[in-house]
Amino acid sequence: MLEIKDLSVAVNGRKILQDVNLTIGTGETHVLFGPNGSGKTTLLMAIMGFPRYRITKGSVTFKGKDITKLSLDERARLGIGISFQRPPVVRGVRTRDMIGASLRNKEDKVTIDRLAERANLSEFLDRDINYGFSGGEIKRSELMQLLAQKPELTLLDEPESGVDLVNVALIGKLINELLEKDCPLRLRKCMGLIITHTGHILDYVNARTGYVMLDGRVVCEGDPHEILATIKEKGYEECAKCVR
Amino acid sequence: MREVKSAKTYKDRAKRAVTKPAALGEDIDLGTYVSSADEPPYQADPSQLPARAKERMLGAGVSLDDISQRSGTFIQMDNTAVHSSIRQEGIEVMATSQALEKYDWLSDYWWQAVAVDSDKYTAHVELNQSNGYFIRALPGNKTIYPVQACLYLSKARLAQNVHNIIIAEEGSELHIITGCTTASKDEPGLHMGVSEFYIKRGAKVTFTMIHSWNPGTAVRPRTAAIVEEDGLFLSNYVLMKPVQSLQMYPAARCVGDNAIVRYNSILVAAQGSSLDVGSRTILNAKGAKTEIISRAITTGGNIIARGYIEGNAPEVKGHLECRGLILGGKGMIHAIPELKGTLAGIDLSHEAAIGKIAEEEVEYLMARGLTRAEATATIVRGFLRVDIEGLPPMLGAELQRAIEASEKELM
Repeated sequence: MLEIKDLSVAVNGRKILQDVNLTIGTGETHVLFGPNGSGKTTLLMAIMGFPRYRITKGSVTFKGKDITKLSLDERARLGIGISFQRPPVVRGVRTRDMIGASLRNKEDKVTIDRLAERANLSEFLDRDINYGFSGGEIKRSELMQLLAQKPELTLLDEPESGVDLVNVALIGKLINELLEKDCPLRLRKCMGLIITHTGHILDYVNARTGYVMLDGRVVCEGDPHEILATIKEKGYEECAKCVR
Repeated sequence: MREVKSAKTYKDRAKRAVTKPAALGEDIDLGTYVSSADEPPYQADPSQLPARAKERMLGAGVSLDDISQRSGTFIQMDNTAVHSSIRQEGIEVMATSQALEKYDWLSDYWWQAVAVDSDKYTAHVELNQSNGYFIRALPGNKTIYPVQACLYLSKARLAQNVHNIIIAEEGSELHIITGCTTASKDEPGLHMGVSEFYIKRGAKVTFTMIHSWNPGTAVRPRTAAIVEEDGLFLSNYVLMKPVQSLQMYPAARCVGDNAIVRYNSILVAAQGSSLDVGSRTILNAKGAKTEIISRAITTGGNIIARGYIEGNAPEVKGHLECRGLILGGKGMIHAIPELKGTLAGIDLSHEAAIGKIAEEEVEYLMARGLTRAEATATIVRGFLRVDIEGLPPMLGAELQRAIEASEKELM
């Protein structure tokens, strides 16, 4: 379970998130909607523990443990994983090395090769990570690394943006594997928190709860399909009106 | 010993250059070094050399206990050749002093790529007790395993003089690993090494040199190569251990059409090390190509990383890439890439970048569960990883091992 209580976050001294409360039960997938600049990415980065995203108030509890003060890598090893929107190119570090690092076993060539095959990235294994990758290749590569890392909580920032229709299906499939969607909820351990603008990913990944973020606050919680329909019809203005 | 043709002329030219400072690098007072050393006995079985010497040599990539994966071996201690052997037909490995006695024609190669009066160091090598290796592949012969050579500086304060000649005859292929090291981990010494490469038509030479000196050693290699039509010269240089002062600027001249020269250099300067290292290619024949790649890391020392490509013939192509990384708060890297073109239709380019490790990259790896130290080490290892085109896989693996062995100390 992930429990976020009264969370406020500042970036470079500027307050971005204010008193955010959110709970994801074991095995559940939740979705975050919100206009650009509303603080969705900041929430994901703060949960992951990036140092630039300073928690000024509140707490993050994961699997019953207060992780508010844990470092980025400690949280990763505890079971939190994130897919980067625009991951950096790391020259000389190959895709193979990144999967090996995520696996915490760089010698396991068989698993590395199999993961690359599943993400349709076999030809990228010996290339520098993210170097010359297209938008879709970056998404698949991020998911492939997460599949190696096997986090219990996966944070996905717009997994479908910049991806063509054929590849959205593959990305949906990889996310479902990552979130153990073929496993009944009562047995499922993996949780997900997904940012989506278009909602396309909901055609492939089943999510239970949706939130709308506006100006650094969670203003609405409900069925993600219903929320998406409202946003499509009336825009975020409607969400602003019904702030609870 | 048979004198080389016009030997007197060389001696005269050298004498006139004995005080001539090098164009680059700190000027070294040769008077503070001794010129001669004892001559250790010849050793037919290199595994019988003293254990300590073998251990130091191994640190420079020279393996003596098992030479089954070597086409030939040459060991020089101070100014004496203590071992030379071959394990493959068509390959010659011997001391240059011996080669000069054996082959009259060797004088046609003597001081032909490097000028004897380049500076006081080349002059000193000509005028004093010296040796070096002669490695040759006969026409059409290809080394299965690399030839290994070691230049070992044993006596404190010695000026080691080396004159190497490497000849790859037409259509041959020669892979060489050279390791240079010292007996002592701190005593001062001076290594002056002249290396002249002659790569004939259609021949290929890969030359991998690993330097492992000590903080008291000054090093002045003087290297040049002449590459004929369709020839390939691939030079890899690794220096990851401390040294006092090292200056070298090898030059390769492409004199035949479609000749190719590639340099890869990996330089690490610890505090107290001063490096002035570069690579030059002169493209003097149609369609000749070159690529110069260097990776420089300072952990507190100073590095001048040079590169020079000159294009003087149609359809030549050259690229120079120099990347530097400053680890920690001290040290300096000065990249000086230079291009000179004298003709329309040539294609020369360069890129140079110096920086620190990007925090964004460290965090990317940490988000996958690596600690900060592990993430940093992975990025540094990646920085040092150069994919060397044309290097046999076995040599590539050895080179990688040598780099990884030193990485631990670096972190």
